Amino acid sequence: MTDTTDNQDPSRRDFLYITTAVFGATGAASLAWPLIDQLNPSASVSALSSIEADISSIPEGGSLKVAWRGKPIFIRRRTKEEIEIAEMEDSLDLPHPEKDLDRVKNKEWLVVVGVCTHLGCIPIADSGDFGGWFCPCHGSHYDISGRIRKGPAPTNLEVPPYEFVNENIIKIG
Amino acid sequence: MNIFKKIFKNNFSFFLVLFIFSGSLNAAEGTTFKNQKPGFSFEGPFGKFDKESLKRGYQVYSEVCSACHGMKQLSFRNLSQPGGPEFSVEKVKAIASGYSIFDGTNEYGEPIERSMALTDRFPKPYGSKDEAKAANNGAYPPDLSLIVKARVDGYNYLYSLLNGYEEEIPEDLDIGDLSYNPWFPGGAIAMYQPLYDESVEYEDGTIATIDQMSYDVTNFLAWAAEPTMEERKKLGFTVMGFLFIFLILMYLSVNKLFKDVH
Amino acid sequence: MNHDYQYTPKNGFSKWLDKRLPLMRFADENLLSFPTPKNLNYFYTFGFILTMCLVTQIITGIVLAMHYVPNTLLAFDSIEHIMRDVNYGWLIRYTHSNGASMFFLAVFIHMFRGLYYGSYKEPREIIWILGVVIFLLMIITGFMGYVLPWGQMSFWGATVITNLVATIPIIGEPVLTLLLGGYSVDNPTLNRFFSLHYLLPFVIFGVVILHIWALHVTGNNNPTGIEVKDSKDTISFHPYYTVKDLFAYIVFLLMFCYFIFYNPNILGHPDNYIEADPMLTPAHIVPEWYLLPFYAILRAVPDKLMGVLLMFGSIVVLFFLPWLDTMKVKSARYRPLYKIFFLLFVVSCLLLGYLGAKAPEGIYLFLSRVSTIYYFAFFLVIMPVLSRIEKPLPMPIGISNPAIDSSVYDSGNGVASGAPSYAMDSVNRH
Repeated sequence: MTDTTDNQDPSRRDFLYITTAVFGATGAASLAWPLIDQLNPSASVSALSSIEADISSIPEGGSLKVAWRGKPIFIRRRTKEEIEIAEMEDSLDLPHPEKDLDRVKNKEWLVVVGVCTHLGCIPIADSGDFGGWFCPCHGSHYDISGRIRKGPAPTNLEVPPYEFVNENIIKIG
Repeated sequence: MNIFKKIFKNNFSFFLVLFIFSGSLNAAEGTTFKNQKPGFSFEGPFGKFDKESLKRGYQVYSEVCSACHGMKQLSFRNLSQPGGPEFSVEKVKAIASGYSIFDGTNEYGEPIERSMALTDRFPKPYGSKDEAKAANNGAYPPDLSLIVKARVDGYNYLYSLLNGYEEEIPEDLDIGDLSYNPWFPGGAIAMYQPLYDESVEYEDGTIATIDQMSYDVTNFLAWAAEPTMEERKKLGFTVMGFLFIFLILMYLSVNKLFKDVH
Repeated sequence: MNHDYQYTPKNGFSKWLDKRLPLMRFADENLLSFPTPKNLNYFYTFGFILTMCLVTQIITGIVLAMHYVPNTLLAFDSIEHIMRDVNYGWLIRYTHSNGASMFFLAVFIHMFRGLYYGSYKEPREIIWILGVVIFLLMIITGFMGYVLPWGQMSFWGATVITNLVATIPIIGEPVLTLLLGGYSVDNPTLNRFFSLHYLLPFVIFGVVILHIWALHVTGNNNPTGIEVKDSKDTISFHPYYTVKDLFAYIVFLLMFCYFIFYNPNILGHPDNYIEADPMLTPAHIVPEWYLLPFYAILRAVPDKLMGVLLMFGSIVVLFFLPWLDTMKVKSARYRPLYKIFFLLFVVSCLLLGYLGAKAPEGIYLFLSRVSTIYYFAFFLVIMPVLSRIEKPLPMPIGISNPAIDSSVYDSGNGVASGAPSYAMDSVNRH
C-alpha cells in the first residue's frame, strides 16, 4: 500500500494485464483443437484408408468390385479388343477428353471409383451404349475406359490413387 | 484463532481431505498378499514404455497367453503405432498373415477364409464364452485387453500373480483341482501356472526366466490397456506447464487489481 | 445494491441495439458492472468454477455422444473405441469422467460455504432452493452417466439403485418395471438413461440461469453476512471478480488436470473396465465417491424402506433449511456455537463418505449410524435450537465500517474482546 509507483506507471500495469489476457486467449484457443480433431477420421477409420486387392483370380474380361473408403472400386481386366477400342476412341470428340493411356497404369487393368460423377449413384457394369457402364439414376453412359460418353454426368469416372504391389496385388489409397 | 478458522481459511486443506478420502476408497479390496513392485518404466509422470520389453511381452502373449485369453480391443496395426511396441509395419503384416479369419461369403454363400491384415483384431481363442468355459473346467479366461485397468493395483498385481505360483499348498487350504497362488484372492486359481523357465525363446536373446517373462508380459498388458498413455503424459506436461505460468500471471494480476480495494 | 450506476450506450450501433434488444445493457448490468460485495473470499469463486464445470461437461458430453453407442452389445466397446482410436478421444473421455468428480467436489464446497455463511437465509431462500434442485439433478445425471460405459459397476450400480424403487409399498414393482423398460437393467434401460443423461444437463443449465437470476435480484451474501448498504461496500464484478474467479479456476484446473493426465482412473472403480455381466455380481458394489455419503445413510438403517426414505430425506431436508435456521445473524463468523456444530457436520459428511465404501458391519456400521443421526440432528434439532438460544458475537455496522453496531447488541460484554477479530476479518479478507 505504500508502493504507489506501480499505480503511476500505467504501462507496466497494462503490460501485465495484456500478457495475462494473451496467455489466457491462447490457452482457450488451443482447447478448440482436440474438439475439432475428434471430428476427423479415427485411427480405425484411417487404417482402412488404403486397402489391398488380390486380382490373381480375375479372368480376362472379368471384373472385381471392392470397397475402399466406403465407395466401390471397379477393377476390370480388359480384353485386347476392349483396349484397342478404348485407344481408338481417344481421337473422338469426348465430353471430357482424356487419353486411355492416361487413365491406366497397365493397359490390361482399369481401376476406377464406381461412383457416377453426376450425383453419386453406382453405375452398372457391362451395359450402356458404349460397352462400359451405365448409370440407372439419370442415364449416364461410360465407355470401357470409364469415360463419360452420353448423359448428364460432367466428367469421367475418377481414377483412385493405386499401385501394383506385385502382379497379383493392387494397393488402393 | 481456533482450529476451525485455520482449516476453513486454507482452501486447499479441503481438497486434500476430500482426496485422501476418495483415494483410499479403492484400497478397500485387498489381495491376499501385498503386491510385489518390480518397478516399471511407465510409472511416474514422465514414464515411458520400454519398447524392447513390450516386444518380448507380445511374444509371451502370442505364444503362451493367447491360447486361452483373447484381446478383443487390440488390432494388429496397434503393434506398430507410436507409443507401443513399435514393430515395423512389415513385421506386423507378417505376424498378422500368420492368422486367418472367415470374412464374408462367396457367391454360393460359403464363408471365405483369408489371412489377417493390419486392420484385423487379434484372433479370438474361442468362438463363444461357453466354449471357452467348457475348455477350461468351467472357468472363463478373461479378455486381457483391459486387465491391467480392471484390477486393483493392476500391473503389480499381474506381475505378482504370474510370478507367484507356489508348489507348496498351505495345509488349511483345500484347492481341489485348482492351482495355488497366494496373490490370487482366496489363493485358489483356475489358471494353471502358465510360465516356466524357457517357455518362450526370446527373439532378442534375453534369457526367458519366469520373472523376466512375467515382467515383459505385464508391460505389454499395461500398454494394451492404455495405448495412449505416453501421449497423455506428454500432453499433460505441456498443459500443466502452461497453466502454471498462467497461474503466476493471474496471481500477479489479482494482487495488482485488489491492491486498491480496502 | 448499487443504484447510482446506469448503463449508457456509447456509440451509434449500441444505441440502435439498445432500443431493440438491450443485450449490452443486460451484459453490463449483470456481468460487467454488477455491484458485488468487496469482501468476498475464495470460497465465493465456486459459483464461477461450477459454471465452468457444467460447460465442460456439456461440451465434452456432446462430443462423446458423437462416438458412443447406447446399446448393451456395443456400449463398452464404443468407449474403448473412443479411448483408443478417436483423435484425442482419451482426453475428452477422461475430462468428462473426472469432470463429474470435479463438479461434485466443487458443488460440495459451494454448499458448505452457503451453510457456513448463512447464504440460504432471507432474502436468499429461492437461490438456495434452486441450488438444491440443481444438486438433485446433478446426482440423477451423474448416476445415469455412470451406467453408460456398461461396465460391471455400471450395471450393478444401476441394478442396486433402481431396486430401491421397489421398496415403495404397492406401486414399487410396477414403477420399477416402468423405469427399467423391462424386468431387469437391460438395453431399454441403457437407451433411456442415455437419452436422459443427454437431456438433464440442459435442464440443469436452465435452473442455473434461474439460480443466477435470483442471485442478481438479492445480490451476493458475503463473509460477514451483513447486507450491502451503499456503493462503498461494493466493487464492480468486472474486472475484480472475473479476474479473481478466473485465478481460482486456474488453481482448480491444475488439480483437475492432474487427474486427467496423471491419475485418470483413481476416482473410478477397476471393475468398470470389465464389461457388464448380468450373471455375475462383483464382490463389492460401490457407487462413485460423491454418492458415498448417501449410500452410507442408506445402509446405516436396518429397515430397507426406512433406509431409502432417509437417503432421499437427507437431500429433501435441505429444501427446508431457510425455515429451520431462523437466526437473523447469517455468518457463522459471529455464531461461535453454530461454528462448532457446523464443523462437526462437515466431519460427519466426510465420515459418511468414508463409511459408504466400507462394508456395513461392526464399528463401521456403528459409526455410520452415529453420523446419520448427527446429519439429521444438525438440521432438525441443532439449527432450530441454536436459533433460539445462541448469543451472537458483536457485529460491525457494515462491510466497510468496522465499528460495532451498538443498536443491535448491548455493548456491555463481548465488544472489547470481539472487536479485533472482526476488524481483521472485514478489512483484510480480500
